[in-house]
Parts: sequence; C-alpha cells; structure tokens
Amino acid sequence: MWQYTLKRLIQGVITVWFIATATFFAMHNVPGDPLINDRSVTEDIRANLEEKYGLNKPIVDQYFIYMGNILRGDFGISFTQENRLVNDIIREHFPVSAILGILAVVFAGLGGVLWGALTALYRNRLPDVVIMFLVILGISVPSFVVAALAQLALVNVNDVLGFSLLPVAGWGTIWHMLVPSMVLGLGTMAYLTRLMRSSMLEIVNSDFIRTAKAKGLPPTKIFTSHQLRNAILPVITVLGPSIAAITTGGFVVELVFAIPGLGRYFVQAVQQLDYTVIMGTTVFYGAFLVFMVIVVDLLYGWIDPRVRLE
Amino acid sequence: MSEVVPSEDSFTSAAGKQLLIFAALAFGGIALLMLGLSWASSLTGSASGGNNAVDVASNTITVFLREEPPQLNSSLSTDQVSGSVLGHVIEGLLRYDENNRLAPAVAERWEVRENGATFWLREDARWSDGEPVTAHDFVFGWKTGLDPANASEYAFILYAIKNGEAINKGEMPLESLGVRAIDDHTLEVEFERPLAYFDKLVAFSTYAPIREDFYRATQGAYGADADKLLYNGPFVISSWVHGASLKMDRNPLYWDKDRAKLDAIDFAYITSDANATLNLFKDNKIAYASLQSENLNNAMELRWQIDRFMDGSVFYIEFNHREGRPTANHHLRKALQLATDSAELVYKVTKLPGYLPGESLFPVWLKGVDGFLREEYPANYPAMDVEKARWHLAKAKEELGIDEFPPLVLLSGDNPISSIQSEYYQQVFKKHLGLDIKIDKQIFKQRLAKMLSGDFDMVLAGWGPDYDDPLTFGDLFASWNLNNRGQYRNPELDKWVRVAQNEQDVQARMDAFGEIQRILIDDAVILPNYERGVTYVTHPQLKGMVRRAVGADPDFTNAWIEE
Repeated sequence: MWQYTLKRLIQGVITVWFIATATFFAMHNVPGDPLINDRSVTEDIRANLEEKYGLNKPIVDQYFIYMGNILRGDFGISFTQENRLVNDIIREHFPVSAILGILAVVFAGLGGVLWGALTALYRNRLPDVVIMFLVILGISVPSFVVAALAQLALVNVNDVLGFSLLPVAGWGTIWHMLVPSMVLGLGTMAYLTRLMRSSMLEIVNSDFIRTAKAKGLPPTKIFTSHQLRNAILPVITVLGPSIAAITTGGFVVELVFAIPGLGRYFVQAVQQLDYTVIMGTTVFYGAFLVFMVIVVDLLYGWIDPRVRLE
Repeated sequence: MSEVVPSEDSFTSAAGKQLLIFAALAFGGIALLMLGLSWASSLTGSASGGNNAVDVASNTITVFLREEPPQLNSSLSTDQVSGSVLGHVIEGLLRYDENNRLAPAVAERWEVRENGATFWLREDARWSDGEPVTAHDFVFGWKTGLDPANASEYAFILYAIKNGEAINKGEMPLESLGVRAIDDHTLEVEFERPLAYFDKLVAFSTYAPIREDFYRATQGAYGADADKLLYNGPFVISSWVHGASLKMDRNPLYWDKDRAKLDAIDFAYITSDANATLNLFKDNKIAYASLQSENLNNAMELRWQIDRFMDGSVFYIEFNHREGRPTANHHLRKALQLATDSAELVYKVTKLPGYLPGESLFPVWLKGVDGFLREEYPANYPAMDVEKARWHLAKAKEELGIDEFPPLVLLSGDNPISSIQSEYYQQVFKKHLGLDIKIDKQIFKQRLAKMLSGDFDMVLAGWGPDYDDPLTFGDLFASWNLNNRGQYRNPELDKWVRVAQNEQDVQARMDAFGEIQRILIDDAVILPNYERGVTYVTHPQLKGMVRRAVGADPDFTNAWIEE
C-alpha cells in the first residue's frame, strides 16, 4: 500500500514537471509577449522592462531559472497585477475557488447519486422521464447561459418579493455561495446522474442481487449495501477529475457572480500573456489535478478491496 | 435500456423510502458543510458589502470596478481603472473639474511660458499622514517616472520636461531633469522645447507627487496595498481586498473641506460582466451600470435615468503603409475609403447605443479655438461613391501592374464587435470592389505583436486620449511616433505636427490640426469606424457623478446623495 502510494506520488511529480515544461515553451512560442501594450514603448524602456523581468536572457536560461524558482516555491511577480506575487494571488484566491468548488462537488456528487438511484429505481416511469429530460438539459446548456439565467431569476425573485432573498452577486457569506455553487455543479451533477443510473441498472440485473433477494435479505439492506455501494464505484472514479474540473472551470461563474476566485486569473492570464501567472496557475492546478486523481485511486481501493490486490 | 427489468413494487417503495432518508441526510450534510465553508470564507476576509446602492444613513454609495486596479503606483500606472481610483485619492498640480475644465488642485496658481512654467503650491495641502505636500514631492515623483530603472511605460508623457527623454534613455543623470523646487511651495519647470499645453499634461497621473521617504520605506511595493500608498486627494483607500473589493473614505485632511460630499465609496464588486453589473443595479446593489443595446428598451420602459457620454476613444481601420504592401498604394486606399460608409456600420450593423459614425481621427468632443475642433474644422469626409472607388481601384492595379489583388489581410480582435465589423468590411469590399479579404482574428497581445511587426494589410485599431488636447490624437501618424504601427511617412504631416507641438498661438495650433485632419482624409491614411459612446443608468438618488473622456472616469469626488 505504501509502496503503491509512493509510486503514484513519484509519477505525479514527473507529470507536473512535464506540464510545467510544456506550458513554459508553448507560452514562449506564442506570438507577442506580456510587455507589449496599447502604448508602444521606446527601445530603451523595453530593454529596461526586459531586464526587470529577466526576459532578456536566452530562453533555456530562463527555463532553468524559472524551474529553480518553482522548486523554492517562488512563482515570481505578475506582469499585469504588477505589484503582486503569483504566490499571493494563488494564496488569496484559491481558497475562494476551493470553497465554491467543494460545495459544487458535494452538490454534484450527492445530487448525482440520489437522482441516479431514483431514476434507476423508477426506470421508465414518470420520475425517470422527467429527471432524464432535465439531465439532458443540464449536460447540453453551457454554464455561462445557466449562470446568467440563474442570476436573472434571482433579480426577478428579489424584485417580486421586495427584499433581497439571496444576493445577486458578490462573495463572503453563506448566501453568496448557494446559487453559484449549484450552477457550477449542475453540469457535473447531470453527468453523474446518468452514470449512476446506468451503473445501477447494470447491477440490478446481476447475479449477486438475485442471490441476495433469494436468501431473503430485507430490501433496504439489498438496496443500500449491495446496489448503491457497488453502483457508486464509477461515480467515485470520475469524481476526482470532476473536482479538479469544477475548481478550475469556475471562470464563467466567478465572472458572472463577481466572485474573487482564481478562475479568472487563470483565464485572463492567457489572454494577457501574463507569463508568470500562466505558469503559476497551470502548475498549481496541474499539481492539484494529479493529486486529486491519486486521492481518488486510493479511495477507490478502500471502497473496493479488489483494487488493492493489483 | 432495451430490457425492462421486472421489479417488485414493494422493493421499490422500501428502497424509495431509504433513498428519501439518504436525501434528508444529504440535505443536512450540505447545510452543515455550508456553515463550515461560510466560516472558512470569512477567514479569507473578502466579504462583499450587503449594502444597498445608496445608503443615506451612512452617506455611502456602493459601486463596482471593472477589474482589480493593476497598478496604483502613479509613476507606473497606465490603465483606466487605476486612473479612476487614483483620481479619487491622489491629486496632482491641476485637475479636471466637473465641467472638464482645468482647475487648481495642489497648485494654487500657475504660469506657463514658452520655455517653462512655474507652479505656486497651496500651503494647506497635506498627505494622509499629516505632512504637507511640497514641491519636492513633485520633483521626486517626476524623476521616478523617468528613472530608467523604474521602466515606466508612460515615461514619454514626461518628455516635455527638459532632458526628460535623455534621462529616460540613461544618457543623462536624474539630477539633470529640468525641474526644481525653489522652496517648499514653488515649483519651476523648464521645457525641452517650446510647448503650449503643459498645464494639460500635469493633470495626468504620471505627473502626480510621490513623497520620497514613504516611497523608499515601501521597498518597491509602493501602491501594492491600501497602507502602502500615501494619499492627498479628497478620498483615501481605507480597505482593499485584492480581486474582491476596495473601499474609500473621505479624507479629513484634504484642503478643500467642501469638495467631497460622500462619506465613503464602496467598490464592493469587481467584475467585467456587463449583465452581472446590470443585474446588481436592478437589485439595488450598485448605483450605476452600463447598458447594452439589448437592455436599452427595457431600461426605457422601467423609466430609469439613462445617460450617454463619449468615452473618448476613436476606432478605425489602420493601413499598413510599409513598402511592398498593396495598401501602401494611395489609389487602393482611396478605393477602400470610397467603398465604405461608417454610418451604415454604426446604425445598421453594430447597432451599439451611444456610438457615433467615425469621420475623423479627431473625436467630436475635442476643444478647438473657442468651441469644438470638429465644428471649427469640419472633417468633410467623402461620401460613399462606388463609381469613383472602382476608378481608383483600376488606377491602383495599373500603377502596381497587376490584374487582380491578392487577398488583403484584415487583422482583427477576437471580441464580438471586432468580428461583426471585420465580416461587414469583408462583405462590403467584395460586393463593391470584388476584393477578397482574409480575416486574421487574434487575441489582444498577439494582435499587438502582429501590428508591431507589420504582419497585416489592414487592422482594426483604436486610440484613446491621454490629455485634453487634440495633439493626443494629432501626433499619432507622425513618422517618429512609435504608435504609428502602419508606419505612415509624410513630411508634410510631420511639419504640421511640429507646428502643433511648438506653436504658442492657439489659432495657429488649431489650424495645424485642421491640416493634419485634411491630410489623413485626403490620403486615406485610416478609415474611421466609430467614436465609442457609453450608455449607462444611474440611481435616481445619486447626483453629481462625472463621466469623462480624459482623466478619472467615473469620478465620484463631487457626487452626493439626494434625500
């Protein structure tokens, strides 16, 4: 077990190093650079800026300097937020994205399992048809549409009530996170519902369920311990990458609901070619994704003892 | 699911009940989790104000910022959001008043001569720590802006001061700058060359004062946080949560006690999403918001207070005049000019509220001798004339000795408006002139990189003003201007730019701008698209908010709440 964990961690480090290297060279090969701006600057100012940011050195030197800095945990200074360390940006904004993401994942995970189990239980009956229709909507409507509609709905509800039931945007209290996290988790919830449903239906027909019924186990025990527990495995498998996808994919929701998360830095840095922020957020999110996949793999072994043997 | 599994109803209902219990547990779990997360998020310290847009009791308004201010170090700041924040909290020698006229600020009175200027500073101007604002603070601020080690992108605006350019290039020491503090309250400036508009320059934030001891104490982090900046404006920044909110309180030490009327301005939201800000406005959470065309009718039905202002920027197609480019040919450019109609673009294609069809590089709001420049010197932009356009096209082909033009590359931004525009031009040039246009869509920095390297035939470009003088646009196509990215070279135009720069007489300067405008149109140097307007709604109780093309926008320093 420890050996397995260690092996996975080493693989993870190599993956992150690869992500960092690929991003570094891809980024430097894009036309333009972070120092180009609306107002052209003279050769001299340009030279001073390059000197300040170390961009005047050969690209390979820059790479080694940068990697050395990363190893010391220093991601450098942002080009667009000129006074801020990338470390500070991540430290201040990732917790916000994480809180939003955790809530969205919990919504998506619990919702997906419950709706999926429900539809499987009532397959081809009214609840199944209605929920599966909504699931198709949830999967196909992009989050920026859902976010905008949800916000508009909030405005109208507040307008009709004459007071603010829930805040329209912003961050800070329990009420601010409710709607954005639901919007953020919606697509994943829909996807998990489908996954859970098909996984349940597969298991309902399997031999061990027939055996359980034949030996007279109570229905609640069969449902909980045999059907749900086994059907949930594929959901857990995709949950790891989903956590990373939700936490990193919050850009639109963060923008619409004016939430100070890391997602907007992640996206805007690419548009602005903000080298240090691109690298910092990519490496950070890359490491986060790799870590989540490892955690899920270990969790998987805990839920399904057969995996540990391999 | 092709196979329907036979199910027992008793099993289903028992399992269904079990599922309901799980659902209830999940619900409870989520509620607990939310409580926990709410506590955790309070640790991140980024609570948005739940206040209403206008709060009479605390005399506070709540508004938004389009983005986190990227740079509040006045010597380095270049962008509009930082400029708006700085306009509330830091004051230079002069400022623009609510009617957009120059008004005394730290300087009580001033005198601009042909080769220099003198500013007499008021004695009651104070920094937020109680120390007086002195002439030495201006000298230090300007030297910092020009210091090559500081690498300011706006250093060029200080080149008006003697030796400024040489210092910025590292050819002369900082001490040689043509500015000195005769005493604590008298500032003497020497110009590099004769100059008539220096008073307009000093209202710009690069000319703001910086106090040396404080600047050094921040160790390179000047302006990085609320407590790493020293204030002398009508407001001070009392809290700044990066990326989330920024709050200003009235500055009790400000010399003009009656100027600021609000006790606080709460920039509680930071988002660039226009729908989000409009929704916040509808929910009575922010006191103003921009309108987009699709919301205009709705806003009128709701009888909201709708206003419009020109934000100062002009947008146009810039040609690549480099040798070897087809667009270097005068007749081809003329053909393209005569085949287009900016009114059609603005009123029928983009349909953005508040936008004006472009006719000139000089926008309509620029002041001339007595009134507006564009009224005194009409653009006389040629009307669309397809016949004539085709004649010019034939002439161009003859001059270049070709039968057919290769597809022309139109470099464009990746935003929706640029896309609509470039497709409009593609279709118009095909229809009227049979020319093929290849649209090259690029994100911001890539587009700039391609403009700089000359990798285009035409580009959708634009320009916004730095100071309130036609020269901020007028020198754009001078052969030495770095922002002349199509590299237009015309000695006659250069001559008139020099006149506009150095001449003291207002009439002669404005005549020069008239000539520049004529050359730009006659030689079809650019094809004007539109002047950008902003349509916005304000809270009925918020009065005195100022929108402007040059200087801090929006400006709440004179705003008040009507009860």
